Amino acid sequence: MKNIDAYTHVRGESVYLDDIPLIRGTLFGASFGSPVAHGVISALDTSDAEALPGVVRIFTYKDITGENQIGGIVPDEPLLAGDEVHFCGMPVAFVVADSVDAARAAVKKIKVTIEPLPVITDPREAQVQGELIIPPRTFQLGNTSDSWPQCTHVFEGRADTNGQEHLYIETQGAYAVPQEHNSIKIYSSTQGPTAVQRAVSRVLGLPMHLVEVEVNRLGGGFGGKEDQANTWAALCALAAHHLKRPVKYSLHRMEDMAMTGKRHPYSADFKIGLNDELKIMAYEVTFYQNAGAAADLSPAVLERTLFHCTNSYFIPNVKATAYSCRTHLPPNTAFRGFGGPQGMFMIEAAIAKAAEALGIPASVIQEKNLLQTGDEFPYGQKAQSEAPECWHKASALYNLAQMHKEVESFNASGKWRKKGLACMPICFGISFTKTLMNQARSLVHVYTDGSVGITTGAVEMGQGVNTKILQVAAQVFSIQPGKIKIHTTNTFKIANTSPSAASATADLNGKATLMACNAIAGRLKKMIAEELNTDVAAITLKDEYVWVNGERTDRDWKSLVMAGHIKRIGLSEHAHYATPEIHFDATKEKGHPFAYHVYGTAIVGVTVDCIRGTYTVDTVKVVHDFGASMNMAVDLGQIEGGIVQGIGWMTMEEVVYDDKGKLRSNALSTYKVPDIYSVPEEIAVDCLQTPNDNLAIFRSKAVGEPPLMYGIGAYFALRNAVRAFNATGEFPFSAPMTPEKVLMALYEKQKEGAIETHEETINHLAVDK
Amino acid sequence: MIKFILNNKNIATGLPPGMVLLDFVRYHQHLMGSKVGCNEGDCGACTMLTGELKNNELQYRSLTSCLTPLGNVHGKHVVTVEGLNMEGLNPIQQAMYDESATQCGFCTPGFVVSLAGFCLSAKTATAQNATAHIDGNICRCTGYKSIERAAAKVAELMQGRQQEEPTAFAAEKKILPEWFAGIKQRLYALVTELNGQLHSSSATEWVGGGTDVYVQKHEVLQDAAIRFLLDDEGLKGISQKGNRCIIGASATVTELGESPVMQQYFPRLPEYIRLVSSTPIRNIATVGGNLINASPIGDLTIFLLALDATLLFSNGEQKRELPLKQLYKGYKTLDKQPGEQLESLSFELPGKNTFFHFEKVSKRTHLDIASVNSAICMTMQGDTIQDVRISAGGVAPIPKLLDKTNAFLRGKTVNDPTITAAIAIAQTDISPISDARGTADYKRLLLGQLIKAHFFTAVETVFR
Repeated sequence: MKNIDAYTHVRGESVYLDDIPLIRGTLFGASFGSPVAHGVISALDTSDAEALPGVVRIFTYKDITGENQIGGIVPDEPLLAGDEVHFCGMPVAFVVADSVDAARAAVKKIKVTIEPLPVITDPREAQVQGELIIPPRTFQLGNTSDSWPQCTHVFEGRADTNGQEHLYIETQGAYAVPQEHNSIKIYSSTQGPTAVQRAVSRVLGLPMHLVEVEVNRLGGGFGGKEDQANTWAALCALAAHHLKRPVKYSLHRMEDMAMTGKRHPYSADFKIGLNDELKIMAYEVTFYQNAGAAADLSPAVLERTLFHCTNSYFIPNVKATAYSCRTHLPPNTAFRGFGGPQGMFMIEAAIAKAAEALGIPASVIQEKNLLQTGDEFPYGQKAQSEAPECWHKASALYNLAQMHKEVESFNASGKWRKKGLACMPICFGISFTKTLMNQARSLVHVYTDGSVGITTGAVEMGQGVNTKILQVAAQVFSIQPGKIKIHTTNTFKIANTSPSAASATADLNGKATLMACNAIAGRLKKMIAEELNTDVAAITLKDEYVWVNGERTDRDWKSLVMAGHIKRIGLSEHAHYATPEIHFDATKEKGHPFAYHVYGTAIVGVTVDCIRGTYTVDTVKVVHDFGASMNMAVDLGQIEGGIVQGIGWMTMEEVVYDDKGKLRSNALSTYKVPDIYSVPEEIAVDCLQTPNDNLAIFRSKAVGEPPLMYGIGAYFALRNAVRAFNATGEFPFSAPMTPEKVLMALYEKQKEGAIETHEETINHLAVDK
Repeated sequence: MIKFILNNKNIATGLPPGMVLLDFVRYHQHLMGSKVGCNEGDCGACTMLTGELKNNELQYRSLTSCLTPLGNVHGKHVVTVEGLNMEGLNPIQQAMYDESATQCGFCTPGFVVSLAGFCLSAKTATAQNATAHIDGNICRCTGYKSIERAAAKVAELMQGRQQEEPTAFAAEKKILPEWFAGIKQRLYALVTELNGQLHSSSATEWVGGGTDVYVQKHEVLQDAAIRFLLDDEGLKGISQKGNRCIIGASATVTELGESPVMQQYFPRLPEYIRLVSSTPIRNIATVGGNLINASPIGDLTIFLLALDATLLFSNGEQKRELPLKQLYKGYKTLDKQPGEQLESLSFELPGKNTFFHFEKVSKRTHLDIASVNSAICMTMQGDTIQDVRISAGGVAPIPKLLDKTNAFLRGKTVNDPTITAAIAIAQTDISPISDARGTADYKRLLLGQLIKAHFFTAVETVFR
């Protein structure tokens, strides 16, 4: 089945936030962001801006009727700056005018005087100064300090990953419309309608039942519209609440890029020990997460880094410590993978470092250490592992040995072009790691004409969740998909939702829908069984008819529903699903936080132009653990899209701030995401069919985030290609591997004595000094 | 009064000619299919097509409507995704649908419009050409593989076309709505009625394709009195006179790439042009704009510097010739009077013994601004360099010729020591800074590598 939105998408008829027909009297907002990353506001002059034609009012924190606070996990983030600013772009004032142009013109006339305070952009510096969002956390398994003597080989090093701009093509936005009885309706481009509802409720001082948040769909989210959608909704709501007029704000791309957080840059120190047989005996890692100026989702992201710090390997002795470091960058936030990719990059760097020193391909070490079923993760859960199956199938199917040989002979045959190969196994846990968030509700109405309307907490952002939910209902009722409509996500219809995130949305909301549909179908079957004087177990619904003992009756779906209504049987159901089995004790850092894991292996091949430092990613060959896909078209799209987004993060996507904390890569002209010519010529995806039962909806495992991490292979493939040209040059584990880093590494001289790091390129991690 | 045909509807509007087409279509015509993605021509979500009569042929080009003022579509046919909709899905949309080439859907209308642009072009029906038409469209969800598959299917749709006009073929085969067949006649009538160009008598701003000025000063231009240069016939054309090539200031990059003269003298032109922005930008970006914009990194500027182009300015009364290499006085400072306008430029076409090559490296190979770009124009006498001009961008406040390097190379034979020495001297010609496109150290190294690449290419092609 195709994505149910595809028809209106290709016709340009799908409605996004900026497409909602305007209500007469609508005003337009624009925010004035701090030009300075850290300082004390001594004066704010809005008089020139207010005098401009069309300007209705300029709001500051003084106008907030509730609490000036939008922090979700930690209350450390004001909506509008009070006395201090903590990052460049932090909203200081919100202009409302009768046109978008007038609002933006007014923003430029606002004058602010800020006494500057020291700016920190480097997470390690923040850690030294004790600037932590939460106390550090440590996951431990076995005992690393006792293990080092048993290791034949021990390597230490440092690795760094940069951030990543979400670059959803639809920018952030909200449209707030005052309603009667002091309530307010907000259209928001958000992954978390309840988060928006909560933030608006807090800022306005209104109870949640007066705040209606509605989401039709997003033009991309990728985590960027999880908590970070709250700001714009709260600003619009604040203005609408005061002015009693609808207020809309759809961000300009440059506002969006400058004011919103991104994937967290990480820096890490690692130490890895292997025995004679290349079994990894011990791994220690310390993560420095660049959280930005406020907590946002950083503590949860940090936690997932720890969960995935050993990727798909079993290591008996692990000690992983993570610091969430407060800097003066925009608060970094959720991004597909949610800290997992950073944790995986570091262990892959450690393995690559060992492999390079030992003069063997990393794949030899990778293969020897894959998780087996029953192995324990550092957080206590026992693996139900498909890691070896994925690896061995990929290795056989794509003939890894032959691929290695071809690369070697290619590299031996020419000087100026080198190929590189890397394997990237993945293991990603499915569930919100905050156990309480693993619940969802679905409201299913069957109408008397047999049509079905469904509302859930899921937000459609291209991932195809609504398609899967529709499939659930279509399967239970066994009716044509055309009879079913998935409605907008709305906090007045479904309450207390978790955001559409963690790859778990289809599982949670799909299961709730399954329960609701089963309840309605069950009542109807019971009615028919009584009518026909037979056992309920004999009744099935199939192809829009009632079947008894495998025989089709004359009773069709529509008349069944009508009969149910006449007999006063409930044709609606509001079902609640909570993931079973999961738990986690943060005081012990042990538990069973994930419903299941998704596994897979990718083989990534690249070619480097050793004159220019440019490169192509030629091929990505994958064996992926789908469980049993319920929609191959949707799932394949998630895999291809995730891979390319992961490759982007590892190659060309470079977030650059200067040492004043100002974003330099602040537009699409300076921040590059993959275009059609930069994607691998070949992406091959093979399914690992797994017979094991799991907690996924229809055993169709979650697919949103895991494939992104295949892209990490691109970094290591590039590194291998560079080393084929320059075997002795030392260069740091620092992603992304831009053409600049490749060229610098190709021509990095072999240094005598101590090896210096690339000061200039390292600085690109977060800061271009 | 601006007049044009929007899809199947005649438009006459008194709104400011400097208003961007995207805003007009979305917020005044309430056609919401074209999306606002980046406001700077870098994402393609707002892609539209314009059709105009060229030598009595209806020619369609894609463009980024976020950077296109209404004045630049005066007398033309503008096509948005709504104009492509028929009963059910058209075959382009069907291909996108069948291949699951849409996820969040926000970029999708732009892709559909760009592929329609392919169907309305006279390009050979290959998957490669269809893909080339979507090189300006960014998708953040799909990873493009499904879109590539859809593009290949769209190419198949056009395979039956022989000499027929693409518009007629597409309408007849129901690839596009039938009314497309009548557009040529309607445009002819419109152009006849308009009888000439839109001229503001009190222009304070000049706009060519708008690809740079609408990024830099969007707000100013919305209500400004503008003189539109893109369709000024006096500024168009690419021709050969003797051994010189003459290019009108308003010739677009696409026209440059399609010019028979350029193709004849620059056999690798298609690969150079592919490195310059994207199809919808090349369709409106002008050669003159690239030079006058004075970016230290303009691709065509670097190209033309190596060719030692001469500019022809006019202030309405007098004309003035100026070598391009003397135009740039400092960062974004020009030897140009406020009343002067670039009319055309010319350069000597490379002879038999002259080797020309262009190199560009950027973070992303396509649709990106160079970290460093460079061109070489080298005339050989036997194995001795008789004359050489290497230009480089991104390594100084202005696009420049590497004077010391060039002086050193004249009279030398091409060999490894010469190249190595030239690269060392080039380091004294330049003064790069660290910015979002790379660190100064990188740019220094990269320029040396590009010089190496010039000579390697020369050795492959000239000295074989």
